[in-house]
Amino acid sequence: MSAHAMTTNAGEPVRFFDLEEHDHPEGSSTMLGFWIYLMSDCLIFAILFACYAVLGGNYAAGPSPHDLFELPLVALNTSMLLLSSITYGFAMLSMQKDRVGATQAWLAVTGLFGLAFLSIELYEFAHLIHEGATPQRSGFLSAFFTLVGTHGLHVTFGTIWLVTLMVQVARRGLIPANRRRLMCLSLFWHFLDVIWIGVFTFVYLMGMLR
Amino acid sequence: MFDPAFSTSPLLGRLSLQALPLHEPILVATFAAVALGGIALLGAISYFRLWSYLWREWFTTVDHKRIGIMYMILGLVMLLRGFADAIMMRLQQAMAFNGSEGYLTAHHYDQIFTAHGVIMIFFVAMPLVTGLMNYVVPLQIGARDVSFPFLNNFSFWMTVSGALLVMASLFVGEFARTGWLAYPPLSGLAYSPDPGVDYYIWALQIAGVGTTLSGINLIATIVKMRAPGMTMMKMPVFTWTSLCTNVLIVASFPVLTAVLALLSLDRYAGTNFFTNDLGGNPMMYVNLIWIWGHPEVYILILPLFGVFSEVTSTFSGKRLFGYTSMVYATVVITILSYLVWLHHFFTMGSGASVNSFFGITTMVISIPTGAKLFNWLFTIYRGRVRFELPMMWTVAFMLTFVVGGMTGVLLAVPPADFVLHNSLFLIAHFHNVIIGGVLFGLFAAINYWFPKAFGFRLDPFWGKVSFWFWVVGFWLAFMPLYILGLMGVTRRMRVFDDPSLQIWFVIAGIGAFVIALGIAAMLVQFYVSFRKREALRDVSGDPWDGRTLEWSTSSPPPDYNFAFTPVVHDLDSWYDMKRRGYSRPADSFRAIHMPKNTGAGVILAGLSLICGFALVWYIWWLAAISFIGILATAIGHTFNYRRDYHIPAETVRVTEAARTRQLATGA
Repeated sequence: MSAHAMTTNAGEPVRFFDLEEHDHPEGSSTMLGFWIYLMSDCLIFAILFACYAVLGGNYAAGPSPHDLFELPLVALNTSMLLLSSITYGFAMLSMQKDRVGATQAWLAVTGLFGLAFLSIELYEFAHLIHEGATPQRSGFLSAFFTLVGTHGLHVTFGTIWLVTLMVQVARRGLIPANRRRLMCLSLFWHFLDVIWIGVFTFVYLMGMLR
Repeated sequence: MFDPAFSTSPLLGRLSLQALPLHEPILVATFAAVALGGIALLGAISYFRLWSYLWREWFTTVDHKRIGIMYMILGLVMLLRGFADAIMMRLQQAMAFNGSEGYLTAHHYDQIFTAHGVIMIFFVAMPLVTGLMNYVVPLQIGARDVSFPFLNNFSFWMTVSGALLVMASLFVGEFARTGWLAYPPLSGLAYSPDPGVDYYIWALQIAGVGTTLSGINLIATIVKMRAPGMTMMKMPVFTWTSLCTNVLIVASFPVLTAVLALLSLDRYAGTNFFTNDLGGNPMMYVNLIWIWGHPEVYILILPLFGVFSEVTSTFSGKRLFGYTSMVYATVVITILSYLVWLHHFFTMGSGASVNSFFGITTMVISIPTGAKLFNWLFTIYRGRVRFELPMMWTVAFMLTFVVGGMTGVLLAVPPADFVLHNSLFLIAHFHNVIIGGVLFGLFAAINYWFPKAFGFRLDPFWGKVSFWFWVVGFWLAFMPLYILGLMGVTRRMRVFDDPSLQIWFVIAGIGAFVIALGIAAMLVQFYVSFRKREALRDVSGDPWDGRTLEWSTSSPPPDYNFAFTPVVHDLDSWYDMKRRGYSRPADSFRAIHMPKNTGAGVILAGLSLICGFALVWYIWWLAAISFIGILATAIGHTFNYRRDYHIPAETVRVTEAARTRQLATGA
C-alpha cells in the first residue's frame, strides 16, 4: 500500500485506492432492499385503507357492516394469523440455533395456520356473496372485498413462498442464502400481521360501531 | 364479457379480425412502414449473426452500464413514436378551421393525444431518466454494479414489455381515448367499453413493476455501496438528486399501481370504486392518481437538476456554488412534492381553505427551485466557462425553465387557475418545464456522458445544429399556446370555429416541424459521430476535465468499473485526486467478484407481456397459463444459487496494463 500512498502539502499520507478490499459480502443490501419493498407494499395498503375510509359508508341502500360482520369468526381468524406469526418467530429461533428439523417443523406449523386463516376468510367471503353482499353491490363492499382480499392474496403468496423455502432448506440446509431468504419472509409475514391488525380494528371493530 | 359490442370466444376472447384497423389508411401505412423496418432490422441482425452476441452480451446482461444504455435506446426510439403523435396533432389543429374537419377522425385524434402523453411520460422520459441514473450513479459512487443486478435487468425488460404493449395497441385494436391519466367515469366500462383503456392499464402496470423495483434497487445501491470516505455530504449532486428521485419513485409508484388496480377491478369485476352510481366516487381516482402524478413530475426533473449541477460545475471549472443548499433544496422539493397534488384540480370544488393550502404549498416549491437556479448562476459567475454542448443545453434550460416556472406559479393561484384550468396555457406550461427542463437536461447529459459510455465524443457541429433547431422550435411551438390559453382555448380540441385563432396554430405547427429538424439533426449527430469516431476518440477517460469519480476510469469503463475501489476525501473526489497527484496502482491486482448474466428477466418480462395482452383481450386461458408461467419461472430462478463469478486477477492486470499504455499514448 505504501507504494501508492501520496503525501499532501501537510505531509500526511493520502490513500486514493482501497488496495486491501474484500468482496462485498453477498446479499449485504438484501435486508435493506426488502425493507424498502415492504414500505412500498405498505403504501398500496394505505391507499386501500384510504379508499375504505372514503367509500366505507356508501352502502347504496345495501347491507352495512352491522348486517354482515360476525365478530366471533373474525376473532378466530385473527387468532390464526397472530399464532402463525408466533410460530414463525419460533422457526427463526430454531434457525439461529442451526436446528434444521425444528426450523422446518415450525415453518410447517406456520403454513398450516396461514392456510387456516385463508380458509376461514374464503368461507366468510362465500357466505357474504351467498347473502347477496357481493363486491359489485356497493362502494362499501367493493372497498371491503378489495382491502381484505388483497391482504388474503398476500398471505397466499406468502404461503407459496414458505413452501418454496422449505424445499430449499430441505435441499441445501441453513446456508447463508437460505437464512437471508427466511429473514425476508419473516419480515413479510410479520408485516402482513401488522396490516391485519389494522384491518381488524379499522374495518371490523369500527365497522360494528358505525 | 360485459360489453355486448364485442363477441367473445373461449379461444380468442374478444380478439377478432375486426380488431385490426384496416379501415384507417394512416395506421395501415404506419404498420407497413414499421413492419418493413422491423423485418429489415431483424434480417440485418440475422445476416450479421448478431443474435447470440446480443443475447449473451446485452439482453441477459446484469451490467448496470449496458442496462443503462439499453434504457436510453428504448427512450430515444419511443421519442420518435411520441413525437410522431405530436406532429400529427399539430397538423390537425393547424388545418381544422373554417369548416374543415382536418385529416383525423375524432376517434383517432383522441387516441393520439392519449398515446402522446402516455408514451412521452412513461416510455420516453422515464426510461431516459432511469437509464441515466443506472449508468452514472454506480460509477459516481465508486461501485462495481447496483445492489441487485438481476433485478435491474428484470426492471428494464418489464419497461420494454410495457412499451411493446402500447405499440401493439396501434395495430391490434386501439388505444385509450381518455387523456393520459384516464379519468373515470370516462375510462370506466360504461363509457370506454373497447380495449383501449385495458391496454393503458396493463402497459402501465407492467412497466410500473419495473420502475418500482429499479427505484428500490438504486436506493439500496446509493445507501449501501458508496466508496469508502464518501459520506452523504460528499456525494456528487447527481447522486443526491437520484437518491431523492428514487425515494419519490418508491413512495409514489405503489399509489399508481393501486389506483390502476382499482380501475381494472371496476372494468373487469364490476366493482364500484369510481362509478357514478352504487356508491362509487370518480373524484377519488383523480385525487389518488395525482398523489402519484405530482411526485412523478419531480421524479422526472430532479435527476436533471443534478445533471445541470454537474455540467455547470465542470464547464465553469469551479466547485459547485452552495452544495449544501443544493442538497437541502432537493430534499425540500422531495417532501413538498407530496403536498401539492390538489392544484391539478382546484376546480373540483373543495372550497377556499383547501385550495389556498395547496396553492400556497405549490408556490413554496418555487423557493428551493429558485435557490438552485441562483446556485448555478453563482457557479458560472467568474468561472472559466467552456461553451461545449452540455453547457449550451444548460444555459438554454435556465432561460427556458424560468419562464415555465413562473407560469407554474401563476397557475398555482386558485382564482387564476379557475380561468386557465384545462386551457392551452396549462399545456404550454408543462411542455415548457418538461421540454425545457427534462429533455434539455437529458440532451445535456447525453452529450456529457456519451464519451464515457462509448469512448468517443459526439460530433459538436451536428449537436449545435440540433440544439438550435430544438430551442428555436420549442419557443415557436409553445409560446402561441400560452397566448391561445389566455384567450380561453381549451386543450384536446380537434376542430375550431374561430378563424382568428388559426395563425397561432400555424405558428405552433411550424415550431413542431423545426423540432422535427432538431430530432433529425440529433440522429445525424449520432451517425456522424460513429463514422468519425477515430477523430473524436478520447483515450484519457476524462474528456471534459471532470470532477467526479466516473471520469477516473477508462472510457468505456471495464466490466468491473474500478480495478481498486477509490477512496474519497473530498466532494469533487476526482478533481481532488488529480490535484494532489494520485498514481494508478500497476500491480497486486485481486480477483473481482461480479454477478453472472441470466436470461430469467427476459423470460419473466416476456411472459408478463403475453399475460397483459391476454387480459386486454379477455383471453382468460392464456392469461392463466402465462401467469402460472411467471410464478414458475420466478420460483425456478430462486433455485439457482450460483449467481456470481470472479474476474481473475490476471484478466484485471491485462486490462489495466492496456489502459496504462492507452493513457501513455494520449499524454
